[in-house]
Amino acid sequence: MGVSSNPAVGHEPYLAPRGKVGDFLARLRGGDEIAHLLTLIFAAGVILITSLLVYELWINSALSRHTFGWKFFVTSVWDPVFNHFGALPFLYGTVITTVVALIIAVPLGVGAAIFLAELAPPRASDMLAFVIDLLAAVPSVIYGVLGIFVVVPFVRTALGPFLESTFGFLPLFKGPSYGLGVLTASLVLTIMIIPFIISVSREVLMAVPVDQREAALALGATRWESTIRVVVPFASTGIAGSIFLAMARALGETMAVTMVIGNDPRISASLLAPGYSIAAVIANEFTEATGALYLQALIELGLVLFLVTFILNGLARLLIVATEQRGGGTPA
Amino acid sequence: MASVSPVRNAETENMNRQPDNARDAAPSLAKPPEAPAVASSSLRFKVSKLKVFYGSKEVLHGIDLEISSNVVTALIGPSGCGKSTFLRSLNRMNETVRHARLEGQILLDGDNVLNMDVVRLRRRVGMVFQRPNPFPKSIFDNVAYGLRINGCKEKMSDAVEHSLRRAALWEEVKDQLHKSAYALSGGQQQRLCIARALAVDPEVLLLDEPCSALDPVTTAKIEELLFQLKPTCTIVIVTHNMQQAARASDFTAFLLEGNLIEFQKTPKLFTTPSDPRTEAYITGRFG
Amino acid sequence: MNLRTIWRKTLNVTMLSLTGACTLITVSVLFFILGYLVYNGGRDLSWNFFTKLPTPVGETGGGVANAIVGSAKLLFLAMLFGVPVGVIAGVYLAEFSGKTMNFVVRYTTDLLNGVPSIVIGIFAYSIVVVPMRHFSTLAGGFALGVMTIPITVRSTEQFLRAVPNPLREGALALGASKWKTILTVIVPAAASGIITGIMLALARVAGETAPLLFTAFGNQFWSPGWNQPIASLPMVIYTYATGPYEEWHEQAWAAGLVLLGLVLVVNIGTRLVLARKTSVAR
Repeated sequence: MGVSSNPAVGHEPYLAPRGKVGDFLARLRGGDEIAHLLTLIFAAGVILITSLLVYELWINSALSRHTFGWKFFVTSVWDPVFNHFGALPFLYGTVITTVVALIIAVPLGVGAAIFLAELAPPRASDMLAFVIDLLAAVPSVIYGVLGIFVVVPFVRTALGPFLESTFGFLPLFKGPSYGLGVLTASLVLTIMIIPFIISVSREVLMAVPVDQREAALALGATRWESTIRVVVPFASTGIAGSIFLAMARALGETMAVTMVIGNDPRISASLLAPGYSIAAVIANEFTEATGALYLQALIELGLVLFLVTFILNGLARLLIVATEQRGGGTPA
Repeated sequence: MASVSPVRNAETENMNRQPDNARDAAPSLAKPPEAPAVASSSLRFKVSKLKVFYGSKEVLHGIDLEISSNVVTALIGPSGCGKSTFLRSLNRMNETVRHARLEGQILLDGDNVLNMDVVRLRRRVGMVFQRPNPFPKSIFDNVAYGLRINGCKEKMSDAVEHSLRRAALWEEVKDQLHKSAYALSGGQQQRLCIARALAVDPEVLLLDEPCSALDPVTTAKIEELLFQLKPTCTIVIVTHNMQQAARASDFTAFLLEGNLIEFQKTPKLFTTPSDPRTEAYITGRFG
Repeated sequence: MNLRTIWRKTLNVTMLSLTGACTLITVSVLFFILGYLVYNGGRDLSWNFFTKLPTPVGETGGGVANAIVGSAKLLFLAMLFGVPVGVIAGVYLAEFSGKTMNFVVRYTTDLLNGVPSIVIGIFAYSIVVVPMRHFSTLAGGFALGVMTIPITVRSTEQFLRAVPNPLREGALALGASKWKTILTVIVPAAASGIITGIMLALARVAGETAPLLFTAFGNQFWSPGWNQPIASLPMVIYTYATGPYEEWHEQAWAAGLVLLGLVLVVNIGTRLVLARKTSVAR
């Protein structure tokens, strides 16, 4: 029954060997140094993988970069047969779909976030936020399916004709609507990024200290005035962060856009016309790219996409952290 | 600062080995053969010129203190006086705080703890914390934890039972050893933590305000427990509760703002303190 | 003055109602879409769907069994590759790293997390497919594995940091070395959270299509072993939805419903577990 009869816990002399070597040996025997080193190797592995990713993109696009230089970004001929590769149509398609999506999604998303953070009863707000978070987890290919079978017919038969007959004098809405096209892609992107905007904006709005609201209300401001003049400005950098986050997601979105944008490498003024995006052209043509230059041009597009999302994500994170620290909350 | 040479005299020696309260379990608690030789000095810890820094802030300004074996030594003082820091220096738990630095000397049975293998030091010097911190494991696994990490495999259940008995918890938990430790009450959890510390048979037990989160009944149980552990273990307890120090300890050290003000036999410190600041504190004029 | 007050009050009510309308529009559109998916997908689900191989166009009764098994195999590989790296790197961040390294590793994981999935596909293509000279299950699993790493790292770190410090001290004070403390006390205490993070990571990559396009590639048949191109649910959905045949469209709806069901079940389950855990946490 005696514990002390146990040799493992007996009172043998406990001194560790002295000196530097002894110290090191002791820690080595303790295993802490090994554990530290081991976990460090895995953490370094994460860095290695990321660096390798950048390196591969850089190296494997060398041929294209040297052949076309900056002209790659300003020419609009994409002709694999004659090895002419200009990325402008894809850049344009990516930017225009993202911009249109943001124009629709930002007011809706921020409005909904304000409602959820300021007006809705906390329980209902939490419930809705839960559901909205779930929507952010829906795979993009499913949004693509819905885009093809719901949004495309809607644009072809209802929205497109309506826009053309009403605003047809604008080049933006001129021409027949095929259903597949820039506007459709933008609408699908809108649906995809709204959950992001709501979720992050709601959080930064809720991080605004209560005393800020109370101060405004105590001065006789209406609910709306306190919200728009005090709360929203306080959270504005964080909201901007959520928009950048959504932008990065929209720019890099592949499947849903590929499935509905029409895949036509031409720049047209009309939103109803088909277009093409960077991610979509990589998805469609990568496996059939014959010839090194063709493949490398596609990889260069991947590199561009990587750099742009990298910058946007970095900016978004900075902004969100900045607001939450100002609100005294902890950074997400 | 005021002279604070610790008082140690013949009376101290006599108090060390009170044979009373040796319970039925006591015989099996006998120290291994070499232990008496070490304990012959009856001096467990000799702390000299101990300074502790957190970053650039000096929180202990050179403490000299001698802690005898087989007695209960209490550390009292207002919060922030450094008593916990002092206690945590004895088993080098301060090292878990980033930027903590230690100067001076702490001898445990004549060996400098700063040169010791920290893992072995902590096995010899157990610790119980302010809030009960059982692991999210079963009661049995909690007590067995220290044995298992030290590679002990045999007689596990005997050792667990023995430790739980020493912590006066056995009768209450013997039928639910495999339930989660979180199912216990706060006081039971704290005694479980004591049992966990006792399982590796430490020579010294450090307690950092062990009763601050507990009700009076449980507190009384733990004080009784300290009394019973005395023959087999050196006990150092930090408390903010002067009555507790007066009841449960043999020696008391009073710390103030990182300095040791007075170190006396407990009855003397509480009846005829030699330093006016001690008197001010124990009569409740500050802190 | 009085008029101004009326104006302010009207504005107040109008704008607040508008934000409510925003919420209503957003939520109802989202619900409509998902309801439509459930309606359409449910119509075309059948036993054959889960057990049969795809049939040639025109024949009925085909299924996507190979894609379901394929997705499972790809996720298994992703877990095998991504989870150890993610979890152990997370342990490093929470328990060992100094300030600088912590910043560097965190920043890199955030960066990796933001990389568009199609770019991950290019990466896996040049790292695995090019040296092997053919598309394979391995390449697809690698691509998905890379995508699980950042999520796993961050969730592991977060849950390890949430373990109360007294538990650490308790173990250290008993003479446990640091790595034993981590292995026997801290990681077990955070285990449910870490597993939740892994599940969420897998749920996220389970729906990824873009990184599989030129790694796993797709396959009409069973894909034995790990060296051949392999079908997967998201790839099947993509191919069928963009194809010209009505039977394909029906299968795409059904596959979409199955995939969505899987993803949502994991997400809801883990979130509920987390919510309960955080409300009970000490």
